[in-house]
Amino acid sequence: MSRTLRSVAAALAFVLASGTAAFAQDPSGKLVIVTSFPKDLTSAFQQAFQKAHPKVTVEILNRNTNAGVKFLQETASNNGTDLFWASAPDAFEVLKGANLLQAYKPKVEGIPEKVGAYPVNDPQGMYAGFAASGYGIMWNTRYMKANNLPAPKEWADLTKAIYYDHVAISAPSRSGTTHLTIETILQGEGWEKGWRTNKELAGNYRTITERSFGVPDGVNSGSFGVGIVIDFFALSSQASGFPVEFTYPTVTTIVPANIGVVKNAPNKLAAETFVDFILSPAGQEVLLQPAIRRLPVNPATYEKAPAGYPNPFKDTSLGAQVNFDVEVSQARYNVVDALFDQLITFQLDDLKAATRAIHQAEAAIAKKPNDKARSLVAEARDLVAAMPVTAEQAADPQLAGAFTVERKSATDAVPERQAQVEQKWAAFAKENYAAARKKAEEALALAR
Amino acid sequence: MTSLALSRESIARVRPGPAAVAALIALFLLLFLVVPVVQVIFVAFQDKTTGAFTLVNFADFFRNDLFMRSFWNSFYVSAMSVVVASALALPLAYLTTRFEFRGAVLIQSLGVIPLIMPPFIGAVAMQLLFGRNGTVNLLLRDHFGFSIPFMEGLNGVIFVQSIHYFPFILINLSASLKNIDRAMEESAQNLGCHGFRLFRRIVFPLAMPGYVAGASLVFIKVFDDLGTPLLLNVSDMLAPQAYLRISSIGIADPMGYVISVVLIVCSLLALWVSALAMRGKDYATVQRGGGGLARRRMKPLELVAAYTVVLLILMLVLAPHIGLSLLSFATIWSFSPFPDAFTMKHYHTVFVESGQYITNTLLYASLAAALDVVIGTAIAYLVLRTKLPGRQWLDYAAMAALAVPGVVLGIGYLRSFYGIPMPFSGQPLSSFWLILVFALAIRRLPYALRACTAALQQVSSSLEEAAENLAATKLRTLGRIVVPLMSGGILAGFVTSFATAAVELSATIMLVQSQSDAPLAYGLYVYMQSAAGRGPGAALGVFAVVIVGLGTYLSHVIIERGRRERGQER
Repeated sequence: MSRTLRSVAAALAFVLASGTAAFAQDPSGKLVIVTSFPKDLTSAFQQAFQKAHPKVTVEILNRNTNAGVKFLQETASNNGTDLFWASAPDAFEVLKGANLLQAYKPKVEGIPEKVGAYPVNDPQGMYAGFAASGYGIMWNTRYMKANNLPAPKEWADLTKAIYYDHVAISAPSRSGTTHLTIETILQGEGWEKGWRTNKELAGNYRTITERSFGVPDGVNSGSFGVGIVIDFFALSSQASGFPVEFTYPTVTTIVPANIGVVKNAPNKLAAETFVDFILSPAGQEVLLQPAIRRLPVNPATYEKAPAGYPNPFKDTSLGAQVNFDVEVSQARYNVVDALFDQLITFQLDDLKAATRAIHQAEAAIAKKPNDKARSLVAEARDLVAAMPVTAEQAADPQLAGAFTVERKSATDAVPERQAQVEQKWAAFAKENYAAARKKAEEALALAR
Repeated sequence: MTSLALSRESIARVRPGPAAVAALIALFLLLFLVVPVVQVIFVAFQDKTTGAFTLVNFADFFRNDLFMRSFWNSFYVSAMSVVVASALALPLAYLTTRFEFRGAVLIQSLGVIPLIMPPFIGAVAMQLLFGRNGTVNLLLRDHFGFSIPFMEGLNGVIFVQSIHYFPFILINLSASLKNIDRAMEESAQNLGCHGFRLFRRIVFPLAMPGYVAGASLVFIKVFDDLGTPLLLNVSDMLAPQAYLRISSIGIADPMGYVISVVLIVCSLLALWVSALAMRGKDYATVQRGGGGLARRRMKPLELVAAYTVVLLILMLVLAPHIGLSLLSFATIWSFSPFPDAFTMKHYHTVFVESGQYITNTLLYASLAAALDVVIGTAIAYLVLRTKLPGRQWLDYAAMAALAVPGVVLGIGYLRSFYGIPMPFSGQPLSSFWLILVFALAIRRLPYALRACTAALQQVSSSLEEAAENLAATKLRTLGRIVVPLMSGGILAGFVTSFATAAVELSATIMLVQSQSDAPLAYGLYVYMQSAAGRGPGAALGVFAVVIVGLGTYLSHVIIERGRRERGQER
């Protein structure tokens, strides 16, 4: 068979296979996208897509991730949304669990299976990764200079006494990406040690913000010096001219930002075309724009990137340190959020007071060594780090049941109510922080 | 026997007109407030596993340290905010209504502007001015080596809230002061009462309806507000706790709804207490020719002192907006007292991208505010002037809207109206933009209602009786006597509803279903999600403030002219 004949046959087969749909291959009509992404990103993609497919009108509805998920849940009966487009994989997991997504396998070739240690696409094909992002540390250079602070490199640097009251993060229960950072530290260092690090970091927090953008916003204006943020917030702030810098610590996860076709999408064809478009070379290049700055999932696109652009496919240290286990993360998702809220967010004043006392005692001991004081401080640190639940308990479906929606059948054991569990944890933390503070103050008195 | 006679009497008094109006309003409230809210908050009374009715969730609320701490924090912050807001509002209201004061209308209009603190961007501006590393503290630290923790913890919330909501007191108090019968003051003076004693014993007590209306609004609003604490990252207060629970992904905990119920109950309690304080007193004045307090000239020294006080207060309460304007012209403003350089490009961006937002906002906010004053006046009249059974409940139901978190209302609307297709187009009813207007109207109805009630309390019913004796119909009396006499209060209600509806975000964000129907607050939200959007966001915020400010000023001018034409002024 000659080459022409073969291609004709292929074309014929294609036409036959796609039947009447062949005539509708060029999408048209209105495409409704619910997204949490900033305007800089969405409008760039909107323009590029409409140029390639002029018959489609893209309608972007901007909502934060939580509101977006709620919106899709509430409107499922008469769905008018075609695509859900957001960072946090967990939001997609919730939608998937509620059976609100439609499986679609993108036609674009050459996308690797993993970025860093995280799978790019959902195994069931309910959503696809289109850009990668990693967590890191961002700081305001003017602030650091005015307060004589050195630039941090690793998470552990931020636990040092000099950063006391200078650091900020957003609450993991509010920001899916922060949740991943916390979970990464937990998986990288183990449950007990990971929480110790998280609490030592938290002892230096200036504030815990309610939305993810609150952190880069505060660093940009200089309300606080250092922020734990996702890379593109820092990179795009830099590109907008703010005096900020950013670094990836060694222990970080590179996670994909995702897009998924909504179940019963009114304009399914346009939705699928859009998914393919943002994964295509033309779409991936949009990610390199200075106001967007996300890491493409298509390795070929990095050839067009400016010098110094982080490349998770080349730079193997980036995000490869931790082998992120999605199943472990999923099983304890709500428990980790609630633990962080009850032990850290809502007890921040007490935690900070204990941390301050420990820092002071350690400074005194460094000047005038004292073994008794040293062991007291170690006890204080252990008290701060103590956890009300073990890793096994956290993964126990019985405990997780206190946080989930599903109504159990009458035969199932009734889990404790969420409010009960939380009250127990909060009381545990409050007591320990007070005891830790007392011990540290004793140590300080001894070392004086 | 007596009770039977009474009820027969009260039935006899029910006239069909007011009853029909009451039924209409009740239907409106039922459809757009009660049903959507109940759809959402019944979860609070449900056992999570079995779905049966239970009160155990409320027991959990009272057993939880965090919730109790949040409860007291909310209470403390609300009470302190009323105190601080009163300290800001009293001098402005008193000086501008009681003395010959140039620019009184301008000051009154500027005084409303703090109500329009655009979401997100307002907090950024406040941090840049008063935050730990804001303009004031950077300058203080450089020159004097100390700083003032304006924005730390609960203090920050009180500081921002009292600046934000003091106009409620200012507007309502000014309206009341203007309505006081001059004869009262003159009689007191004839009896030898002067100065502060005159104010304390005669003027202020007579202006009580306005003050109480304003103060109770400030209290309830601060108690229920979640935007400010959230943006200052204070989470241990009730409203943020409810919001955080309701809007977390994947968590289905009844406590968020329990807290919403507690919020609603507390607001109604506060309202009931303020109604108790007003009970048994008669504030109505018959004399209207005098048109409010005598305005007198101040001595030069007094004048200087008065202007200084007014200017200082205005500078403080307008600081967020000064910050906002600076931000809208700034290139980069980071850890420095003032921006690095100035530019016009943010305004250009907004002009090109956001014209639709502004026209939508004007349409929605004015429709909502108009609806509010109509319903507000009607409810006030029904409550104060008719003996309709259950009329108080209209008042309570409308006020309860104040305590319903915007998210709850938004979700409730989606739940109630999404399944209903629109006639002809077949689109869901909830995506119709008028639904957004109804949501805004419901959320802002309490403001208009309190203002209208205060205004009607100061109108003596003998004036209506006189009109009726002269054979005017009820409707005519209402149109020619009551409403014109209430105009100040109605205006106050319109302005507060309009101004706050223009920047409302929490319900809007749930209900906006297409960009072309989106109001300004949504546009602001979109800008404020990225570093590059800060400048354009501020510029859009300035637009919002200017539009509402102009609207306020115009309505003041119109009302003043109306008064003058009726010969009420001077």
